[in-house]
Amino acid sequence: MTMDDKKRTDLMNYLKEKALWVRRETLKIHAVSAETRVASSMSDVEIFVALYYGGVLRFDAKNILWPERDRLIVSKGHGAISLYPIFADTGYFDKSELTTVGKAGSFLGGIPDPIIPGLETVNGSLGHGLGVACGVALALRKSASNAKVFVLLGDGELYEGSVWEAIMFAAHHRLSNLTMIVDNNKICMLDYCKNVLDLGCIEDKFKVFGWNVSTVDGHNMEEVYDSLMHLKTANGDRPKVLVANTVKGKGIPQLENDSLCHIKSLKVEEIDRLLSDPLLTVAGEVM
Amino acid sequence: MSMVAQSIGQKKTMRDAFIERLYDKMAQDEGIFFLAADFGSPALDRVRASFKDRFINVGIAEQNLINIATGLAIEGCTVYAYAIAPFLTMRAYEQIRVNLSLFSELKDLNVNLIGVGAGLSYDVSGPTHHCVEDISIMRLLPNFHVLSPSDWRMAETFVDYTIKHKRPKYLRFDGKPAEPLYDSTDAIDVEKGFCELAAGEKVCLISTGFMTHRALKALEALKDINPCLIDMFMLKPVRDDALFEVLKRYETIITIEEGFINNGGLDSLIANVLNKHQSNIRLRKLGFNDKYVFELGDRQHLHALNGMDEGSIINEVRGCVK
Repeated sequence: MTMDDKKRTDLMNYLKEKALWVRRETLKIHAVSAETRVASSMSDVEIFVALYYGGVLRFDAKNILWPERDRLIVSKGHGAISLYPIFADTGYFDKSELTTVGKAGSFLGGIPDPIIPGLETVNGSLGHGLGVACGVALALRKSASNAKVFVLLGDGELYEGSVWEAIMFAAHHRLSNLTMIVDNNKICMLDYCKNVLDLGCIEDKFKVFGWNVSTVDGHNMEEVYDSLMHLKTANGDRPKVLVANTVKGKGIPQLENDSLCHIKSLKVEEIDRLLSDPLLTVAGEVM
Repeated sequence: MSMVAQSIGQKKTMRDAFIERLYDKMAQDEGIFFLAADFGSPALDRVRASFKDRFINVGIAEQNLINIATGLAIEGCTVYAYAIAPFLTMRAYEQIRVNLSLFSELKDLNVNLIGVGAGLSYDVSGPTHHCVEDISIMRLLPNFHVLSPSDWRMAETFVDYTIKHKRPKYLRFDGKPAEPLYDSTDAIDVEKGFCELAAGEKVCLISTGFMTHRALKALEALKDINPCLIDMFMLKPVRDDALFEVLKRYETIITIEEGFINNGGLDSLIANVLNKHQSNIRLRKLGFNDKYVFELGDRQHLHALNGMDEGSIINEVRGCVK
């Protein structure tokens, strides 16, 4: 094993450990506030971990409006409770805040809003994030900034017509500083997307709209990390989309493969059982 | 009757006057963007040619127009989002609500929505193109300022206001060229928000936008009664104390608007002012009743059908002083 190999193995082990920790913390948040969308917040964990712990995003938690920061716009706001532990861990706010989600006086709601340090936009109403991200990308290009714009959408969100207005816009204006990530967990609120309105091959759709398209297994840490790193630095004059094939409710047997898992809340006892399961245990952590 | 205004001068559209002034600002400030939803004007051609990277036609896509404008404004740009008024305000209402009104609670976003075709500007295009809801629905939104100029000179003066106040705004422009009402812009105090065009007695007419032209014409036939006329151009925020100081001198107030009455428009704005001051001044309302207008004809004809033409205004005033 070369030094570089070892570094990479260490990094991947570190990211995987973080992903596990984020899943545990997300469950604990769900125990505090049953209204949070836990299944939607589990499919994007590896994406968030790669962005914030893998060095994909440049950010400064102590200077949240740092002009050179990369921007992440979380368009699927309901599925981003898993960002809270990451924000706390990376210094945006104190970890003790994680026990206040949904409570009077807290700034951590069931859906993240920009009253939270580190959040760029208003989230919660679907279909807005990509268009807003295009505006941000235009402004950054105009000011010759090197900062990149990332935007996370769910596959169900692709039903919103405004998303396609923005898809056309980004391609026409060759917003190469923009990377969209589709959390393709294949389930919207009431059913599998294929039973609601079949999205077909998402990659093909983006290709014909003029985007640079790639696909990963959204729970394979190596693949997610490598793709995001590559897309961030890739040359070219086209916007980029990463279709991350994921599982809604990933890691939680009661949620995985349940077409109604979006609206499912776990009981506190269930969460306690999950947290003591060896599969969800982080080495050295005291529950 | 003391008049500060009369209809003399060059005919012009509000949008041309506004954009001509804005052109100079765009030449000075690289941070100003002009976005259009595939809608133009002669003055805009020069903007398109001179500022190729800051004039963007987003296509017939009002929702994206607002979202792109939001993204630019988040990064500190001053943005103008330009489209036909009913489509701008109503197709993209939720984008306006979430990304501009709501987000402005937390962040300064200087996005100026320029809606062209207020009221029945697009008379023969029918009810899809009539814009009779915008005053109500745009006044509803927190953090918005709503401006409704009555002539192109006023529209032109609004440019400075849009740059100075870093918040979302809605400007409702008439679609048709018209002569100016104001001889000069000296009488226009934008922050105050209204102008007493004619001081009078007993009856006070209050109008906004194009209807101020109608009201001014009606005054010529009402010299024996001598009603007051107020041009209301800042529909939000309202300096209600200053406004009430004028209103309290009259026995009857008649609001005149190209909008639905009894549903949050100019009439409701005045009713709120009177209510706040526990006034029992009589309030009469001219505007559209609770129905859309499918009848065809020019604006004058449609106003006559709906009791909003000069003759109707004159009859209403005479009826009040019987």
